[in-house]
Amino acid sequence: MAPEPLLTAENLHLSFGTATALDSASVEVHAGEVLALMGPSGSGKSTLLHCLAGILHPDQGRVTYAGRDLTAMHDDERSALRRSEFGFVFQFGQLVPELTCLENVALPLRLGGASRRAAQRSAAAWLERLEVSDVAHKRPGQASGGQEQRVAVARALVTRPRVVFADEPTGALDTLNGERVMQLFVAAARETAAAVVLVTHEPRVAAYSDHEAVVRDGRVRTREYAR
Amino acid sequence: MCIVLGMSVGHALLGLLEGGPRHGYDLKRSYDERFGQDRPLAYGQVYSTLARLLRNGLVEVESEPGAGPERKKYAITDAGVSDVAGWLAQPEKPEPYLQSTLYTKVVLALLTGHDAADVLDAQRAEHLRLMRELTRRRDGGDLADQLICDHALFHLEADLRWLEVTAARIQQLAAQVRA
Repeated sequence: MAPEPLLTAENLHLSFGTATALDSASVEVHAGEVLALMGPSGSGKSTLLHCLAGILHPDQGRVTYAGRDLTAMHDDERSALRRSEFGFVFQFGQLVPELTCLENVALPLRLGGASRRAAQRSAAAWLERLEVSDVAHKRPGQASGGQEQRVAVARALVTRPRVVFADEPTGALDTLNGERVMQLFVAAARETAAAVVLVTHEPRVAAYSDHEAVVRDGRVRTREYAR
Repeated sequence: MCIVLGMSVGHALLGLLEGGPRHGYDLKRSYDERFGQDRPLAYGQVYSTLARLLRNGLVEVESEPGAGPERKKYAITDAGVSDVAGWLAQPEKPEPYLQSTLYTKVVLALLTGHDAADVLDAQRAEHLRLMRELTRRRDGGDLADQLICDHALFHLEADLRWLEVTAARIQQLAAQVRA
Protein backbone atom coordinates (compact mmCIF):
# COMPACT_ATOMS: atom_id res chain seq x y z
CA MET A 1 0.00 0.00 0.00
CA ALA A 2 1.27 3.48 -0.85
CA PRO A 3 2.19 5.55 2.23
CA GLU A 4 -0.01 8.49 3.22
CA PRO A 5 0.93 11.76 1.58
CA LEU A 6 2.81 14.18 3.85
CA LEU A 7 0.97 17.26 2.63
CA THR A 8 -2.46 17.42 1.01
CA ALA A 9 -4.66 20.19 -0.33
CA GLU A 10 -8.27 19.20 -0.84
CA ASN A 11 -10.71 21.26 -2.86
CA LEU A 12 -9.23 24.63 -2.07
CA HIS A 13 -11.21 27.71 -3.00
CA LEU A 14 -9.83 31.19 -2.56
CA SER A 15 -10.99 34.52 -3.95
CA PHE A 16 -9.42 37.95 -3.76
CA GLY A 17 -12.44 40.25 -4.08
CA THR A 18 -14.21 39.15 -7.23
CA ALA A 19 -11.16 37.38 -8.65
CA THR A 20 -11.06 33.62 -8.13
CA ALA A 21 -7.50 32.54 -7.38
CA LEU A 22 -8.16 28.88 -6.57
CA ASP A 23 -11.12 26.81 -7.68
CA SER A 24 -11.39 23.25 -6.29
CA ALA A 25 -7.61 22.88 -6.29
CA SER A 26 -6.37 19.56 -4.93
CA VAL A 27 -2.84 18.22 -4.81
CA GLU A 28 -0.70 15.93 -2.66
CA VAL A 29 2.98 15.59 -1.86
CA HIS A 30 4.73 12.58 -0.37
CA ALA A 31 7.79 12.66 1.87
CA GLY A 32 10.99 12.85 -0.16
CA GLU A 33 9.14 13.81 -3.32
CA VAL A 34 9.73 16.87 -5.50
CA LEU A 35 6.47 18.23 -6.87
CA ALA A 36 6.53 20.99 -9.52
CA LEU A 37 3.56 23.35 -9.69
CA MET A 38 3.53 24.65 -13.24
CA GLY A 39 1.29 27.01 -15.14
CA PRO A 40 1.19 30.44 -16.74
CA SER A 41 1.55 33.68 -14.77
CA GLY A 42 -1.54 34.40 -12.73
CA SER A 43 -2.76 30.78 -12.91
CA GLY A 44 -2.78 30.42 -9.12
CA LYS A 45 0.35 28.30 -8.66
CA SER A 46 2.00 30.63 -6.12
CA THR A 47 -1.33 31.07 -4.30
CA LEU A 48 -1.58 27.28 -4.04
CA LEU A 49 1.98 27.13 -2.64
CA HIS A 50 1.12 29.80 -0.05
CA CYS A 51 -1.98 27.83 1.02
CA LEU A 52 0.03 24.60 1.27
CA ALA A 53 2.57 26.41 3.44
CA GLY A 54 -0.13 27.85 5.70
CA ILE A 55 0.72 31.44 4.73
CA LEU A 56 -2.64 32.02 3.05
CA HIS A 57 -5.92 30.72 4.41
CA PRO A 58 -8.30 29.24 1.82
CA ASP A 59 -11.99 30.32 1.88
CA GLN A 60 -12.97 26.67 1.59
CA GLY A 61 -11.21 23.34 1.59
CA ARG A 62 -8.55 21.77 3.77
CA VAL A 63 -4.77 21.55 3.94
CA THR A 64 -3.44 18.59 5.91
CA TYR A 65 0.18 18.23 6.96
CA ALA A 66 1.32 14.97 8.61
CA GLY A 67 -2.27 14.25 9.60
CA ARG A 68 -2.85 17.73 11.08
CA ASP A 69 -5.42 20.14 9.66
CA LEU A 70 -3.48 23.32 8.91
CA THR A 71 -6.65 25.23 8.10
CA ALA A 72 -8.09 24.59 11.58
CA MET A 73 -4.94 25.65 13.49
CA HIS A 74 -4.46 28.89 15.40
CA ASP A 75 -2.16 31.43 13.76
CA ASP A 76 0.57 30.96 16.42
CA GLU A 77 0.50 27.22 16.03
CA ARG A 78 0.76 27.54 12.26
CA SER A 79 3.65 30.02 12.53
CA ALA A 80 5.49 27.68 14.88
CA LEU A 81 5.00 24.83 12.45
CA ARG A 82 6.30 26.94 9.57
CA ARG A 83 9.42 27.82 11.56
CA SER A 84 10.19 24.30 12.70
CA GLU A 85 9.11 22.05 9.85
CA PHE A 86 8.98 24.14 6.68
CA GLY A 87 11.71 25.88 4.71
CA PHE A 88 11.33 28.59 2.09
CA VAL A 89 13.26 29.70 -0.97
CA PHE A 90 12.02 32.63 -3.02
CA GLN A 91 13.12 34.23 -6.27
CA PHE A 92 15.29 36.90 -4.59
CA GLY A 93 15.54 39.38 -1.74
CA GLN A 94 15.13 36.92 1.09
CA LEU A 95 18.48 37.32 2.85
CA VAL A 96 19.04 39.97 5.52
CA PRO A 97 21.39 42.45 3.81
CA GLU A 98 23.08 43.59 7.06
CA LEU A 99 24.16 40.07 8.05
CA THR A 100 26.93 38.00 6.46
CA CYS A 101 25.94 34.94 4.45
CA LEU A 102 27.04 32.71 7.35
CA GLU A 103 24.95 34.70 9.83
CA ASN A 104 21.98 34.53 7.45
CA VAL A 105 22.14 30.74 7.33
CA ALA A 106 22.67 30.52 11.10
CA LEU A 107 19.71 32.82 11.80
CA PRO A 108 16.87 30.25 11.74
CA LEU A 109 18.84 28.06 14.17
CA ARG A 110 19.51 31.02 16.46
CA LEU A 111 15.79 31.89 16.41
CA GLY A 112 15.10 28.26 17.32
CA GLY A 113 17.28 28.62 20.42
CA ALA A 114 20.60 27.15 19.23
CA SER A 115 23.84 28.58 20.60
CA ARG A 116 25.75 30.97 18.39
CA ARG A 117 28.60 28.53 18.04
CA ALA A 118 26.45 25.49 17.16
CA ALA A 119 24.38 27.53 14.73
CA GLN A 120 27.44 28.86 12.93
CA ARG A 121 29.07 25.44 12.76
CA SER A 122 25.95 23.99 11.17
CA ALA A 123 25.59 26.99 8.85
CA ALA A 124 29.20 26.62 7.68
CA ALA A 125 28.61 22.96 6.86
CA TRP A 126 25.56 23.86 4.77
CA LEU A 127 27.43 26.60 2.91
CA GLU A 128 30.07 24.04 2.09
CA ARG A 129 27.43 21.55 0.95
CA LEU A 130 26.04 24.22 -1.41
CA GLU A 131 29.60 25.10 -2.58
CA VAL A 132 29.53 28.71 -1.35
CA SER A 133 31.93 28.64 1.60
CA ASP A 134 33.91 31.43 -0.05
CA VAL A 135 31.13 33.96 0.56
CA ALA A 136 30.51 32.94 4.20
CA HIS A 137 31.88 36.21 5.58
CA LYS A 138 30.55 38.45 2.81
CA ARG A 139 27.24 40.22 2.86
CA PRO A 140 24.59 39.01 0.36
CA GLY A 141 25.08 42.13 -1.78
CA GLN A 142 28.74 41.19 -2.31
CA ALA A 143 27.88 37.72 -3.65
CA SER A 144 26.66 36.91 -7.18
CA GLY A 145 23.00 36.09 -7.85
CA GLY A 146 23.76 32.39 -8.12
CA GLN A 147 25.76 32.38 -4.88
CA GLU A 148 23.02 34.30 -3.11
CA GLN A 149 20.42 31.71 -4.14
CA ARG A 150 22.64 28.89 -2.88
CA VAL A 151 22.96 30.70 0.44
CA ALA A 152 19.16 31.01 0.48
CA VAL A 153 18.85 27.25 -0.15
CA ALA A 154 21.33 26.57 2.68
CA ARG A 155 19.25 28.77 4.98
CA ALA A 156 16.05 26.94 4.00
CA LEU A 157 17.61 23.52 4.66
CA VAL A 158 19.65 24.28 7.80
CA THR A 159 16.73 23.49 10.14
CA ARG A 160 16.22 20.14 8.36
CA PRO A 161 12.64 20.97 7.36
CA ARG A 162 10.31 18.19 6.24
CA VAL A 163 8.94 20.35 3.41
CA VAL A 164 10.77 23.02 1.42
CA PHE A 165 8.63 25.49 -0.52
CA ALA A 166 10.43 27.11 -3.43
CA ASP A 167 8.79 29.82 -5.52
CA GLU A 168 10.68 30.36 -8.81
CA PRO A 169 14.03 29.77 -7.04
CA THR A 170 16.01 30.24 -10.25
CA GLY A 171 13.80 32.94 -11.75
CA ALA A 172 16.48 35.62 -11.53
CA LEU A 173 19.39 33.45 -12.70
CA ASP A 174 20.86 32.57 -16.09
CA THR A 175 20.65 29.00 -17.41
CA LEU A 176 23.89 27.58 -16.01
CA ASN A 177 23.63 29.23 -12.60
CA GLY A 178 19.98 28.20 -12.37
CA GLU A 179 20.88 24.64 -13.20
CA ARG A 180 23.62 24.45 -10.60
CA VAL A 181 21.26 25.82 -7.93
CA MET A 182 18.66 23.19 -8.84
CA GLN A 183 21.22 20.36 -8.87
CA LEU A 184 22.53 21.25 -5.42
CA PHE A 185 19.10 22.09 -4.02
CA VAL A 186 17.38 18.87 -5.14
CA ALA A 187 20.36 16.68 -4.18
CA ALA A 188 20.46 18.22 -0.68
CA ALA A 189 16.68 17.93 -0.26
CA ARG A 190 16.80 14.26 -1.29
CA GLU A 191 19.64 13.62 1.14
CA THR A 192 17.55 14.95 4.02
CA ALA A 193 14.38 13.23 2.69
CA ALA A 194 12.58 16.58 2.61
CA ALA A 195 9.62 17.00 0.29
CA VAL A 196 9.90 19.93 -2.11
CA VAL A 197 7.05 21.98 -3.54
CA LEU A 198 8.50 23.89 -6.44
CA VAL A 199 6.67 26.65 -8.29
CA THR A 200 8.14 27.25 -11.72
CA HIS A 201 7.10 28.17 -15.21
CA GLU A 202 10.39 26.85 -16.63
CA PRO A 203 10.28 23.30 -18.02
CA ARG A 204 14.03 22.84 -17.49
CA VAL A 205 13.56 23.57 -13.79
CA ALA A 206 10.45 21.37 -13.59
CA ALA A 207 12.57 18.56 -15.06
CA TYR A 208 14.19 18.24 -11.60
CA SER A 209 10.83 17.21 -10.11
CA ASP A 210 9.37 13.72 -9.72
CA HIS A 211 5.87 14.85 -10.69
CA GLU A 212 4.18 17.94 -11.96
CA ALA A 213 0.76 19.44 -11.33
CA VAL A 214 -0.38 22.02 -13.84
CA VAL A 215 -2.42 24.91 -12.49
CA ARG A 216 -4.65 26.75 -14.90
CA ASP A 217 -7.31 29.32 -13.93
CA GLY A 218 -7.01 28.24 -10.30
CA ARG A 219 -7.66 24.58 -11.07
CA VAL A 220 -5.16 21.75 -10.92
CA ARG A 221 -5.05 19.65 -14.04
CA THR A 222 -4.52 16.01 -13.12
CA ARG A 223 -1.00 14.64 -12.98
CA GLU A 224 -2.07 11.08 -13.72
CA TYR A 225 -0.10 11.06 -16.97
CA ALA A 226 3.11 11.57 -15.02
CA ARG A 227 2.62 8.38 -13.02
CA MET B 1 5.00 22.50 -45.97
CA CYS B 2 2.28 19.93 -45.53
CA ILE B 3 0.88 20.39 -42.03
CA VAL B 4 -0.07 16.76 -41.42
CA LEU B 5 2.67 14.19 -41.68
CA GLY B 6 1.93 10.98 -43.56
CA MET B 7 1.31 9.01 -40.39
CA SER B 8 -1.70 11.01 -39.33
CA VAL B 9 -3.58 11.62 -42.61
CA GLY B 10 -5.85 8.65 -41.83
CA HIS B 11 -6.65 10.01 -38.37
CA ALA B 12 -7.23 13.48 -39.76
CA LEU B 13 -9.72 12.14 -42.33
CA LEU B 14 -11.44 10.05 -39.67
CA GLY B 15 -11.72 13.06 -37.38
CA LEU B 16 -13.23 15.14 -40.16
CA LEU B 17 -15.78 12.35 -40.78
CA GLU B 18 -17.01 12.66 -37.19
CA GLY B 19 -18.91 15.74 -38.39
CA GLY B 20 -21.02 13.51 -40.71
CA PRO B 21 -20.67 11.30 -43.83
CA ARG B 22 -18.92 12.89 -46.80
CA HIS B 23 -17.81 12.22 -50.34
CA GLY B 24 -14.09 11.76 -50.92
CA TYR B 25 -13.97 15.09 -52.72
CA ASP B 26 -15.56 17.01 -49.82
CA LEU B 27 -13.23 15.32 -47.43
CA LYS B 28 -10.18 16.34 -49.44
CA ARG B 29 -11.44 19.91 -49.59
CA SER B 30 -11.94 20.23 -45.82
CA TYR B 31 -8.63 18.57 -45.19
CA ASP B 32 -6.84 21.01 -47.52
CA GLU B 33 -8.60 23.95 -45.91
CA ARG B 34 -7.59 22.99 -42.40
CA PHE B 35 -4.30 21.17 -42.76
CA GLY B 36 -3.16 21.23 -46.40
CA GLN B 37 -1.83 24.80 -46.47
CA ASP B 38 0.26 25.13 -49.62
CA ARG B 39 0.46 21.40 -50.21
CA PRO B 40 -2.99 19.92 -50.76
CA LEU B 41 -3.63 16.20 -50.47
CA ALA B 42 -3.52 14.26 -53.77
CA TYR B 43 -6.77 12.53 -54.77
CA GLY B 44 -4.88 9.27 -55.03
CA GLN B 45 -3.82 9.55 -51.40
CA VAL B 46 -7.35 10.41 -50.25
CA TYR B 47 -8.82 7.32 -51.90
CA SER B 48 -5.99 5.00 -50.93
CA THR B 49 -6.27 6.18 -47.32
CA LEU B 50 -10.05 5.74 -47.37
CA ALA B 51 -9.62 2.24 -48.85
CA ARG B 52 -7.28 1.38 -45.98
CA LEU B 53 -9.71 2.76 -43.40
CA LEU B 54 -12.51 0.77 -45.05
CA ARG B 55 -10.46 -2.40 -44.94
CA ASN B 56 -9.77 -1.85 -41.26
CA GLY B 57 -13.47 -1.28 -40.49
CA LEU B 58 -12.92 2.33 -39.40
CA VAL B 59 -15.20 3.77 -42.10
CA GLU B 60 -18.10 2.37 -44.12
CA VAL B 61 -19.57 3.30 -47.49
CA GLU B 62 -23.05 4.71 -47.51
CA SER B 63 -23.84 5.00 -51.24
CA GLU B 64 -25.73 2.47 -53.35
CA PRO B 65 -23.71 -0.42 -54.79
CA GLY B 66 -22.18 0.10 -58.21
CA ALA B 67 -21.59 3.83 -57.88
CA GLY B 68 -18.11 5.05 -58.92
CA PRO B 69 -15.53 5.91 -56.24
CA GLU B 70 -16.23 9.64 -56.57
CA ARG B 71 -19.96 9.07 -55.74
CA LYS B 72 -19.29 7.03 -52.61
CA LYS B 73 -20.15 8.63 -49.32
CA TYR B 74 -17.94 7.60 -46.41
CA ALA B 75 -19.13 7.43 -42.80
CA ILE B 76 -17.09 6.82 -39.68
CA THR B 77 -17.87 3.62 -37.74
CA ASP B 78 -17.89 3.21 -33.93
CA ALA B 79 -14.49 1.59 -34.27
CA GLY B 80 -13.33 4.68 -36.18
CA VAL B 81 -14.60 7.00 -33.42
CA SER B 82 -12.69 4.98 -30.80
CA ASP B 83 -9.63 5.01 -33.01
CA VAL B 84 -9.66 8.84 -33.16
CA ALA B 85 -10.24 9.10 -29.40
CA GLY B 86 -7.36 6.69 -28.78
CA TRP B 87 -5.05 8.65 -31.08
CA LEU B 88 -5.94 11.96 -29.40
CA ALA B 89 -5.35 10.55 -25.92
CA GLN B 90 -2.00 8.99 -26.82
CA PRO B 91 0.86 11.49 -26.51
CA GLU B 92 3.36 11.62 -29.34
CA LYS B 93 6.94 10.52 -28.92
CA PRO B 94 8.77 13.83 -28.34
CA GLU B 95 10.80 14.66 -31.46
CA PRO B 96 11.55 17.67 -33.67
CA TYR B 97 8.83 19.11 -35.91
CA LEU B 98 6.14 17.54 -33.82
CA GLN B 99 4.07 20.73 -33.88
CA SER B 100 2.38 19.74 -37.15
CA THR B 101 0.97 16.53 -35.67
CA LEU B 102 0.10 18.28 -32.42
CA TYR B 103 -1.64 21.10 -34.27
CA THR B 104 -3.72 18.53 -36.14
CA LYS B 105 -4.62 16.77 -32.91
CA VAL B 106 -5.67 19.99 -31.20
CA VAL B 107 -7.85 21.10 -34.13
CA LEU B 108 -9.44 17.66 -34.42
CA ALA B 109 -10.07 17.50 -30.67
CA LEU B 110 -11.91 20.82 -30.93
CA LEU B 111 -13.86 19.62 -33.98
CA THR B 112 -14.88 16.31 -32.45
CA GLY B 113 -15.79 17.61 -28.99
CA HIS B 114 -12.81 16.12 -27.14
CA ASP B 115 -11.00 18.21 -24.53
CA ALA B 116 -8.15 19.87 -26.44
CA ALA B 117 -6.48 20.82 -23.15
CA ASP B 118 -6.24 17.09 -22.34
CA VAL B 119 -4.31 16.54 -25.57
CA LEU B 120 -1.87 19.29 -24.57
CA ASP B 121 -1.58 18.06 -20.98
CA ALA B 122 -0.86 14.49 -22.06
CA GLN B 123 1.84 15.78 -24.38
CA ARG B 124 3.34 18.06 -21.73
CA ALA B 125 3.59 15.10 -19.35
CA GLU B 126 5.33 13.02 -22.03
CA HIS B 127 7.78 15.82 -22.83
CA LEU B 128 8.57 16.37 -19.16
CA ARG B 129 9.11 12.67 -18.66
CA LEU B 130 11.78 12.72 -21.35
CA MET B 131 13.25 15.98 -19.99
CA ARG B 132 13.64 14.34 -16.56
CA GLU B 133 15.45 11.43 -18.13
CA LEU B 134 17.77 13.72 -20.13
CA THR B 135 18.41 15.92 -17.07
CA ARG B 136 19.47 12.87 -15.05
CA ARG B 137 21.69 11.66 -17.89
CA ARG B 138 23.23 15.11 -18.31
CA ASP B 139 23.89 15.71 -14.61
CA GLY B 140 25.54 12.31 -14.26
CA GLY B 141 27.44 12.40 -17.54
CA ASP B 142 30.65 13.75 -19.01
CA LEU B 143 30.93 16.99 -20.97
CA ALA B 144 29.86 15.35 -24.26
CA ASP B 145 26.71 13.97 -22.58
CA GLN B 146 26.06 17.37 -21.09
CA LEU B 147 26.24 19.18 -24.43
CA ILE B 148 24.18 16.60 -26.31
CA CYS B 149 21.49 16.40 -23.62
CA ASP B 150 21.39 20.21 -23.38
CA HIS B 151 20.66 20.43 -27.09
CA ALA B 152 17.75 18.01 -26.79
CA LEU B 153 16.51 19.73 -23.63
CA PHE B 154 16.41 23.15 -25.29
CA HIS B 155 14.38 21.74 -28.19
CA LEU B 156 11.94 19.99 -25.88
CA GLU B 157 11.63 23.19 -23.88
CA ALA B 158 10.74 25.09 -27.06
CA ASP B 159 8.00 22.52 -27.77
CA LEU B 160 6.69 22.93 -24.24
CA ARG B 161 6.55 26.69 -24.61
CA TRP B 162 4.52 26.18 -27.78
CA LEU B 163 2.17 23.84 -25.85
CA GLU B 164 1.75 26.52 -23.16
CA VAL B 165 0.97 29.28 -25.62
CA THR B 166 -1.45 27.03 -27.50
CA ALA B 167 -3.18 26.16 -24.22
CA ALA B 168 -3.53 29.88 -23.50
CA ARG B 169 -5.05 30.46 -26.94
CA ILE B 170 -7.35 27.45 -26.94
CA GLN B 171 -10.58 29.45 -26.58
CA GLN B 172 -9.61 31.64 -29.52
CA LEU B 173 -8.73 28.60 -31.61
CA ALA B 174 -11.98 26.84 -30.63
CA ALA B 175 -14.03 29.83 -31.76
CA GLN B 176 -12.19 29.88 -35.08
CA VAL B 177 -12.41 26.13 -35.69
CA ARG B 178 -16.12 26.02 -34.89
CA ALA B 179 -16.97 29.15 -36.89
